[in-house]
Parts: sequence; structure tokens; C-alpha cells
Amino acid sequence: MLVFSQSLISGLLIGGVYALIGIGLTIIFGVMRIINFAHGDIMMIGMYLTYNLFTLAGIDPFVSVAITIPIMFLFGALLQKVFINRVLNALPQNQILLTIGLGLIMSNTMMLIFTSDYQILTTSYSSSSFRLFHISISQPLAISFVITAGITALLYWFFMKTDTGQAIRATAQDRDAAQLMGINVKRMSIIAFGLGSSLAGTAGALISPTYYIFPQIGSTFTLKAFVITVLGGMGSILGATLGGILIGVAESMGAVYISSGWKDVVVFVLFLLVLVFKPSGLLGKSRA
Amino acid sequence: MLKIEKLNFSYDDLKVLWDIDLEVHQGEIVTVVGSNGAGKSTMLKNISRLVRPNSGTITLQGEEINKLESHQVVERGIVQVPEGRKIFPEMTVRENLRMGSFIKSARANREENIERVFNLFPRLKEREKQLGGTMSGGEQQMLAIARGLMTNPKVLLLDEPSLGLSPLLVGNIFEIITEINRQGMTILLVEQNVYQSLRIAHRGYVLETGRVVLTGKGEDLLNDPHVRKAFLGM
Repeated sequence: MLVFSQSLISGLLIGGVYALIGIGLTIIFGVMRIINFAHGDIMMIGMYLTYNLFTLAGIDPFVSVAITIPIMFLFGALLQKVFINRVLNALPQNQILLTIGLGLIMSNTMMLIFTSDYQILTTSYSSSSFRLFHISISQPLAISFVITAGITALLYWFFMKTDTGQAIRATAQDRDAAQLMGINVKRMSIIAFGLGSSLAGTAGALISPTYYIFPQIGSTFTLKAFVITVLGGMGSILGATLGGILIGVAESMGAVYISSGWKDVVVFVLFLLVLVFKPSGLLGKSRA
Repeated sequence: MLKIEKLNFSYDDLKVLWDIDLEVHQGEIVTVVGSNGAGKSTMLKNISRLVRPNSGTITLQGEEINKLESHQVVERGIVQVPEGRKIFPEMTVRENLRMGSFIKSARANREENIERVFNLFPRLKEREKQLGGTMSGGEQQMLAIARGLMTNPKVLLLDEPSLGLSPLLVGNIFEIITEINRQGMTILLVEQNVYQSLRIAHRGYVLETGRVVLTGKGEDLLNDPHVRKAFLGM
């Protein structure tokens, strides 16, 4: 029972970060019907940003999130304005090529600057943990979970209560109708891509004390984000939150009860099962 | 107030609108009637800038609007209630109405406008918290019109508001359009329901394969032999 609760808690903690990555991807998809294949690479840039703020300026990774969030937002907004807005009406394969290309440029640029060596961001608390009801909880993961929960709550408030948040939802539900109501959909797309990038970058910042940092880490997370989003239902923020946590728990359980080498298998089996029995995702609506 | 001159438009190689001239004066209901595929909806899409015309000008109170983006057209005071209603399905009635007052000039009197459209459509007040996508066709049409009014328009463009409604509801919708006009709204109404729309309109245009073939007062068009033969089966 202890082992079970232990792996459940660890899974939930990492699942929160996965949820952030998935929510970012799902917002971008919802508004623009574009799958951002550079998502993991944007997360990787968030990791390097955090790493450098820590090694060069000595800012704690959980404090530097306050810097990472706006910088990554601007980075994403710029990508949208300069590149993605141009292909909104293009063929899907061209959109895919564009985002894959952007991702390759990002990872190779980072490789040129920082080489492909693995970097480790070691804080005083990187490997410390505390006990709660006999369960050992990693301190950096616990802090990142609290930040994640805060960001997610803020995001829900933004989408449900503010005019801009509602306008982004409206754009996702019917782009033409949104335009006819006077909503500047190009601007909403820029904000949406900014938000998505900001969430990915933040997730990168939050896991940087516990993960190796290297330029090619992105692709693993793009795939993970994609699985999370499809699992939860494309375009559903609640679905991505649920999907992220589910994947986190599945990985953690798989590692404990089968073997750590098999944890990805558990995730993909779960993914296939959902695709077979509910192709629109857990909270997704089937599209005609 | 709203003036279209020599408007030409084509979808790639297919020419849809030929030298359209049309004018709507302040306080009027002007209707554009014609059969399916005559180019009525395309004309409205040109006004709302969802598509770009090949040539011609569109002006609102003398100001050219055919260089603007869609959202700027709404800011200038032209709102379109699109064909098929296009309400936001995953948003409540109130949220849909809030989106109607997204533009800055409409935000100031948002609450006042919500009260106004609730008076016009008491049914919407009852359904305030219901998701748009779960409402009936008639209710969705009311919501679509109400959402359009939330933008404080100078001109209201209605695209086939009676489409897919039961005969009773069709009568209702036309009554409401007349009522909105009586309160001072200028309306450009595009319809396949030729009889009902000519009956309530001050003036009408008959569109056939992308050309204006007839124009005149609503009642005169109703009595026109060509209209009676082509559209009313008399």
C-alpha cells in the first residue's frame, strides 16, 4: 500500500508538469487547428533559459519562473506573428513542416551555443525530500507542483472570466463568427501561441532541477504533449490537465510495478486503448 | 448610409457577383431576395470582409470600408448575423452575448444592452446559463440576432434568419425584425423567403445569378409579375 501511494504521489507531481505542457499544446491547437511540433523544443528553450539564469545570475529556478513566463510568452507571440500567422490557411502538411522546421532550428541553435553536452542544474534542494504520512516527497517536484496548480487555476480564471480569455475560446469554437463579432482573430492567435509557449517554457523551467538539460530533449516532450492532448481530447483544456496527470501516474506506476524501462510502454498502451475505445479522447467531442 | 457600388467578386475562376449596386438608407429595412446560389450570402461576406472583392467600393456613411479587416468593420458599426447562426456552442447564452460586446465601444453599455435584448427575447433570459449548442434552432436564431445587437451596430446584416425554422417561428422572427427596425435599427436582410421579407421591407433587390435584376419598393416587388412567377409560384 505504501509503495502504491508513493508511486501515485510521485506520478501526480510529475503529471502536473506534463499537464502544463499538454495545456499549452491544446490551446494552440484549439485556436488555430495547428499541431505545434516545436512544442518540446520551446520547452527546451525554457530549460536553458532557467539554467543560464541560475549559473550566470544565480537566480533560483523557481524564482526565475517569474522571468521565464513573460520571455517565453513574447517568444511564442513573435513566432506566431512572423511565421505561423502566414500558414493559417495553408495545407496541413505545410503547417507541420513549418513547426517541425522551427523546432529543428531551435534545437540546433542551442546545440551550437551550448554544445550537446548534458547539463545539470544542481540546487541545494535538488535531491532533498520530505516525508508526509511515511511517503517521501521530492522537494523540487513538490514546489513545481504547487506552482503548476497556481498557474492552472489562473489560466482557468483567465479563460472563463476575462474578455480576452472568452474571446480566445470563441475564436476556437467558431473562427468566422468570432470575426463577425469584432474579435481580432489574428491577435487572439498571437496571444494563444504566446500562452502555449509560455506554458511549455514554464514546464521546462520547473523540471530543470530534476532533468538533464540538453538540446535534443524536446522531441521526447513533443511526443508526450501530443499523447496527453489526444488522450484528453484535442482542444480541451480540462482534458489536457486530466491527460497530463494520467500520463504522469501511468509512468510512475509502470516504473514501479513493471520496470522503469517499460514505463513508456505502459503510457502508449494506455494511449492506444483510449484511441480504440474513445477516439475523440477522454473529454473530447467527436467532430463531424 | 450603406452603399455598394460596382461590386465584383469571384471564387477563383467562378464569378459570383457582377457589378452589384445597392444602397441602404438610415432606418430602412432593405431586403435582397433570390434563389439559392444567387450570391446573396457572398455579398454579405464581402461587406463583412470575410472575403475580398475583385473590384468595387463599399462605404458606410461616406467612409470606405473595403480596405478594413473584419473586426474593424464591426467597430465601424456593421454587424452580420451569419447564415446558420454560428453561435458559440460551448458558451452559455450570457457568454455569447458578452462576446457580442467584445469591441471597446460596446463594452461600456454591456449590461444595459443585455437588459435590452432580454426584453426583446424573454426566452433568452430564461436560458441565460444554458450552453448555446444545446438550444433549439429558433432559440439559437434569437441568440444570434441578440448577440449581433450587443455590438451597438448602425447597420444590422441578417443572412437567412428564417432558414430551417418552423412556419410559426418564421413568422415570429419576421415580427422581431420589424420590431427591431421600429426601434430605429437599419437592416439589410438577405432571404430566400421572398414573400415574408418583401412584406416587411421598405425596399427590395432581386438577385439572379449574381446580378441585380429588379429593385423597388417591397410591395411593388410583391406585385411584380416576374417576382410572382419566379419566386411566389403565382
